[in-house]
Amino acid sequence: MQSSAASASASRKLDIGPAPADSPGVGAAAMDAAKSALLVIGLATPIVLIETKQSGAGVALEWRFGLVAVLAAIAALARFIHLTVVGPRVRAMPASNMAGRFSPGTVTWIKRFALVFVLLYPFIALALAGKGGAIKWIDNFGIQLLIYVMLGWGLNIVVGLAGLLDLGYVAFYAVGAYSSALLAKTVGLSFWLCLPLAGIFAALWGILLGFPVLRLRGDYLAIVTLAFGEIIRLVLINWVDFTGGYAGISGIPRPTFFGLPFTAGDDGFAAFFGVSFTPLHRLIFLFYLILALALLTNYVTIKLRRLPIGRAWEALREDEIACRSLGIDTVMTKLTAFAMGAMFGGFAGAFFAARQGFISPESFIFMESAVILAIVVLGGMGSQLGVAIAAVVMIGGTELLRELDWLKDIFGPGFDPTKYRMLLFGLAMVVMMVWKPRGLISTREPSIALHERKAISGALVKEGHG
Amino acid sequence: MSMQAEMPLLVVEHLTMRFGGLVAIDDLSFAAHRGEITALIGPNGAGKTTVFNCITGFYKPTVGRIALAHDATTTQTDLDRLTNSGDRWRKADGRGLYLLERMPDYEITAKAKVARTFQNIRLFTGMTVLENLIVAQHNALMRASGWTVLGLVGARRFKEAERAAVERATFWLDLIGLTLRADDPAGDLPYGDQRRLEIARAMCTGPRLLCLDEPAAGLNPKESLELNTLLRAIRDDHDTAILLIEHDMSVVMEISDHVVVLEHGAKISDGTPSHIKNDPAVIAAYLGVDEDEEEAAEAEIEGLQSGLDHGGAR
Repeated sequence: MQSSAASASASRKLDIGPAPADSPGVGAAAMDAAKSALLVIGLATPIVLIETKQSGAGVALEWRFGLVAVLAAIAALARFIHLTVVGPRVRAMPASNMAGRFSPGTVTWIKRFALVFVLLYPFIALALAGKGGAIKWIDNFGIQLLIYVMLGWGLNIVVGLAGLLDLGYVAFYAVGAYSSALLAKTVGLSFWLCLPLAGIFAALWGILLGFPVLRLRGDYLAIVTLAFGEIIRLVLINWVDFTGGYAGISGIPRPTFFGLPFTAGDDGFAAFFGVSFTPLHRLIFLFYLILALALLTNYVTIKLRRLPIGRAWEALREDEIACRSLGIDTVMTKLTAFAMGAMFGGFAGAFFAARQGFISPESFIFMESAVILAIVVLGGMGSQLGVAIAAVVMIGGTELLRELDWLKDIFGPGFDPTKYRMLLFGLAMVVMMVWKPRGLISTREPSIALHERKAISGALVKEGHG
Repeated sequence: MSMQAEMPLLVVEHLTMRFGGLVAIDDLSFAAHRGEITALIGPNGAGKTTVFNCITGFYKPTVGRIALAHDATTTQTDLDRLTNSGDRWRKADGRGLYLLERMPDYEITAKAKVARTFQNIRLFTGMTVLENLIVAQHNALMRASGWTVLGLVGARRFKEAERAAVERATFWLDLIGLTLRADDPAGDLPYGDQRRLEIARAMCTGPRLLCLDEPAAGLNPKESLELNTLLRAIRDDHDTAILLIEHDMSVVMEISDHVVVLEHGAKISDGTPSHIKNDPAVIAAYLGVDEDEEEAAEAEIEGLQSGLDHGGAR
């Protein structure tokens, strides 16, 4: 009920002018569409209409009436279709249908199918795309996606379970990446030692961040964590002796297959197993490594949810004062949530450093934090499956933009679809807000049951106040 | 106090709470005894909830001592020694003595075993009824799970502790009649059930003193009666004394063993319900009188207490 009411009110807010909310006639819809077009013209006039072009020594103005007209036409058409076709259909959909479209059994099957698919993914990619084409599919789509799935799951502990809004999660990712890179390069530790150490360092930084922000809630917590993320990035840029500044750290040792490097040499992985050398070996290995790390994150989170600490996190999200009245040490509970989330971010960072072989502060900008947070929020706070789906859609979707080269035939050679990444990101968020304000999977799974486990409607679950 | 052979469970002495220039509680002293239901009553704004917040650590009192003695054999000397030592609590041979004004809120529940409910119900609405009761047993389960380490590897000790926790929860669910709704979200329960669940949740922390802030608010007469039965059962069967704030006089007069009346942050009366009922100061300040007796009562009160205003019939 809640979600349908929310979406109805959201769509009412979008109405411009006095058009009635419930299925207007074609004439009224046309009027409304015309108003939308006028609004776009008003907005576009100062922003789009005039373009400055370098001509010789001076600047020439170019008027783009055509472009403004096209934008206005698109807005009018979209509004018209929304009012006459899409809107009535969405309203006709019963609310319960939208909340519980999948039965718990179906969800279990989706999870199993997804797991088998991911386990076989490199070989499916090889079979379908061949040796040359598979590199892109395993690296850009497989490994890249799984890093974000893992980061999403890690942040889910802090934001989704404990309800603490963390806008600086990328800082822990950076701490993990830099500590593992520096340990590998300066001390010469192997990747398998760097990985746990990176997690421990990140967890320590999580506790360090946790202490000052314990008293803060909501917006204030968000701002301080945001600042923390920026501090870490600025330190990485300016402490040139230690971190290399903007130049970053290059030549980070690649992970080995339990001591066997992925090289063409005689002591390499290929020679040891008697197969011909190909860079795909390393990629497939990295794929399974990040898959194992992501599944570990998932497994530990699921386990923790059923332990007292996990229940305390969720109780903290629901009501902090009630927690204190039940004898729960909220300071420790918050710190463990920060430390746990940070630790998995650190693991992901260590993997990132080893995979890239090169890291610089460029990789740890605020945008990354925002994307990871968007994944958690869009997925449905607290839902492991929802976060995984959101990561695949958000990151996979933007990666797919690189594949749309044929659009250049339509819009001219200067058209770069990847430039529209953020536009699509924003659009996806607005659509989600209207359609499912509590995220893809908004129901909560109880951690313990006496008779039968029933999913809890998202309307009752609180988001936390920091 | 030193004359008494046995120290009461809760001794509040010279409690004063100031918010800036406002004196919410003014030099209040009272005691709550083991095996008794003590009611704290008074008109709106008398400072009742502030007293609760001081006892349960949500406020730090400006002045005063709030001592909680688990064992009856605790003496005044023990209390004085603890007060002078600067420690927050002392537990020797199972005799726990706690200075609540020195302890943080969560420790008061965890160590001193004082549990509370809230005037506006504070359940974990997005968690099931059973989960609410399990979260209340957090500290015991946390120890059993070896601060998560043993729990992560699935140790037997933790599984047994969890089973015991579920058993305890089931006991309380049976008592408040919510066993069939154990797996429903707490936010889906009707108001009266939520009130009872909050009491059961507080009881799952295993308290020696249960502080209830208006447990009968918003209940219908039938639910009110059920509440009386529940509170009596808690007092008689669980070694838990009850301190309650209540406006519903049918509950207060029916079940309390001892009533403390507050007005403007100060105590105006203290005694058994029948004593309170006949105390002119209380009548004037709070209880009011029946309409047909109003004139006679007014004349009587004017004679006795010229300074106090008439509280109005309730």
